[in-house]
Amino acid sequence: MSNTYMINGDAAAFSPRLALDKVVFKGFNLWYGDNHVLKDIDIAIKSNVVTAFMGPSGCGKSTLLRSIDRMNDIIPSCKTEGDVYIDGRNIYEPDEDVYELRKTVGMVFQKPNPFPMSIYDNIAYGPRLHKMASGEGLDKIVEESLRGAVLWDEVKDRLQENAFGLSGGQQQRVCIARALSINPDIILMDEPCSALDPIATIKIEALMRELKDKYTVVLVTHNLQQAARVSEMTAFMYIGEIIEFGATSDVFENPQNELTENYITGRFG
Amino acid sequence: MRTEDIISKILFLCASFSAVIVFMITVFLLQEGVRMLNPSFLFGKTWSPHRELFGIFPTLVGTLCVVAGAVVIATAIGIPSAIFLSEFSPFWVRNIIKSSVELIVGIPSVVIGFFGLTVLVPFIRDNVGGRGESILAGWIVLAFMILPNLITIAEDSLRAVPRSYREASLALGATRWQTVRNVVLPSASSGIRAALVLGVGRAMGETMAVLMVVGNPETPWIPLGILDRVRMLTSTIAIEFSYAEWGSSHQYALFAIGVVLFFMVTALNFIATFVIRRKNIQ
Amino acid sequence: MKEAQKEKAVRGLLYVTVGLSIVILPIIVVWVIANGVGAISLGFLTGRPYRFEYGGIFPQIMGSIYLVSLCTLFGAPLGIASAIYLSEYASDNVVTRTVRFFTETLAGMPSIVIGLFGLEFLVYYLKLKTSLLAGAISLSFMMLPWTIRASEEAINVVPKEYREASLAMGATKWQTILRVVLPAAIPGIMTGVLLGMGKAIGETAVVWLTAGSGLEAFVPRTLKSPTGSLPMYIYLIATQGHTAEGLQNAFGASLVLLVMFLAMSVSALFIRNHYLRRLGS
Repeated sequence: MSNTYMINGDAAAFSPRLALDKVVFKGFNLWYGDNHVLKDIDIAIKSNVVTAFMGPSGCGKSTLLRSIDRMNDIIPSCKTEGDVYIDGRNIYEPDEDVYELRKTVGMVFQKPNPFPMSIYDNIAYGPRLHKMASGEGLDKIVEESLRGAVLWDEVKDRLQENAFGLSGGQQQRVCIARALSINPDIILMDEPCSALDPIATIKIEALMRELKDKYTVVLVTHNLQQAARVSEMTAFMYIGEIIEFGATSDVFENPQNELTENYITGRFG
Repeated sequence: MRTEDIISKILFLCASFSAVIVFMITVFLLQEGVRMLNPSFLFGKTWSPHRELFGIFPTLVGTLCVVAGAVVIATAIGIPSAIFLSEFSPFWVRNIIKSSVELIVGIPSVVIGFFGLTVLVPFIRDNVGGRGESILAGWIVLAFMILPNLITIAEDSLRAVPRSYREASLALGATRWQTVRNVVLPSASSGIRAALVLGVGRAMGETMAVLMVVGNPETPWIPLGILDRVRMLTSTIAIEFSYAEWGSSHQYALFAIGVVLFFMVTALNFIATFVIRRKNIQ
Repeated sequence: MKEAQKEKAVRGLLYVTVGLSIVILPIIVVWVIANGVGAISLGFLTGRPYRFEYGGIFPQIMGSIYLVSLCTLFGAPLGIASAIYLSEYASDNVVTRTVRFFTETLAGMPSIVIGLFGLEFLVYYLKLKTSLLAGAISLSFMMLPWTIRASEEAINVVPKEYREASLAMGATKWQTILRVVLPAAIPGIMTGVLLGMGKAIGETAVVWLTAGSGLEAFVPRTLKSPTGSLPMYIYLIATQGHTAEGLQNAFGASLVLLVMFLAMSVSALFIRNHYLRRLGS
């Protein structure tokens, strides 16, 4: 365990109190049919910080993540109660435009899911959709997004090739670049490394630490070391509730709750 | 948001279109045919339009004879073929045979009828007896029509049985055939039964190929042997509609045959899709 | 030991039946090719029929092509739209289950019944006469459920992850369908449409009742012209022709029809296999 703290060193020096509240859950509940998946969530996620949500599978961490860009709306049996604020605006107001919302929130999924198109078209998908640019402007967005995902040098000569030809880690970075292309404020990552090998994982983690300079990064992971390595803030969830939330170093070194301690020390999960 | 709603409404209208067609077919057929649907139509033994006699009983019996024989023949060849393809054949053999069978599904029936008329009918006349145009010829041609589909669907349901079932049985020392008989066939049986029922429906609704080889006597009788000429429900409509006067009882009688066909085939399809397959799910 | 013998016996029996299928099924194709090749000449393909069984089949070839193209023009977009609704919009409720049931019913409907309906509704009630239009619309009723089924299957194989990725980019449902789902499903949809076209081009009973007598000497000039087609031509010449030349012509027409049919089903299967291989990787 001790070397994870070492990596965590710069995070410990960071003071979350100075950052702004970017995403705030207030009394938020969510059901799938009769299944109460999120229970009275109250949490404030800071801007320009990596916040990790961890917990055993089925604890609701992915559902919580998907509440931030209202991707749960796709599921017909889904009901919500309570509010989620982004920059002070309640995104669960009836007149909220979910498509505008999802434009400001990028999402990266568990399994790399590039579209069956060329690398270029994958990245250009969002900008074209929202008519942000065309021609050279679009080329520039594609390049910047790929640079943002630290993939540019690897793929710049084969932008027209099918994205399926890339390795798993590269595919996931294409997906990150795709999320960056629409210039979001917040990036949601749902276990982005769970389908990748250790080397690709290291690259994605390094990328996450870079991304937080410009974006608010929310990460869901079941990998404790990953939470410890890349996040400043960590929340531990269990059966739909947030059990503990605080600076990552505090949560790992000095867990206040017995459940958290059991999870961290590997007694369940 | 607004355009999204409009699009979903338009798509719904498109999706309802086939329901509307079926509804209209039912209404139009019934409207023309229902006045003829009475016991003397269904059980009358004589069909003779110029004497205003419209009894379809011999035609009904003839149809059932031809369909039943054809399904038996197709089953006898098709199900073992499907078992062979899915359980006993090497991968490449299966691929070649399956693709060629799939190519033949839906081969124009008039071509098959042409073959029946030019090759099969003279062969029966010369080697078996009778005029050649017969129930027997109908059996063979119709069996040929439903065979490819039967093989394809039966093979699909056999292959849908999880491999772990087979492995479990083989690991207990069962032979290939014991495994097929005791494990694979029972698991696939509802799919195979559905394929058979669908095959019966398809055979009953088939028009051209059969029409060209069963003889279609002017006044059909209840067949007594497999070399008798018969009429089918479908061929009666096809042959007579062009000289049935519009608005005459002859025309209504032809629509009434359409009604009978419609309900028999729909009932069979209903059984296949909803009764047999649903049982499988539970 | 006894079981092993039984196994051998069963295997033998299976070999016999599958051998029978292998021999029987292609026999007609071989027979048509062997007898039909001699009938094919430029005059036969480009000439007009005269005195019943003499002459060429150009109007019939064009008639079949017109009928199938027009039928696809009606049937394919409608079928694809229905499939999109059923797989992307419909939740499983009474309405959609009813729609599905009727689609299945239409798929199993005997073609002669569809022909009767076309005859009554299109030819007489809507006064389209026996014509290209009436024939093509009736054929599209027959083709519709097959297109729906194939397109629905093709749409359902498109991974859910593609849809999520697109929605998460702020795309609406329709944008997602148009830009991501349909492009990925196109090969499967094309397979279905091509198989439906193959069915339509070989269909006789429907065109008999709605399109025309089959021996028309002219290529249809308007939508309301009576239209001859290859299957009707083959039927008439085969059953009522008397001369050697008539028989020869029936073989020639069968070969042309078979080639058109096989072209459609071979390309359908080719697209499907190619596409499956791509999805597999």
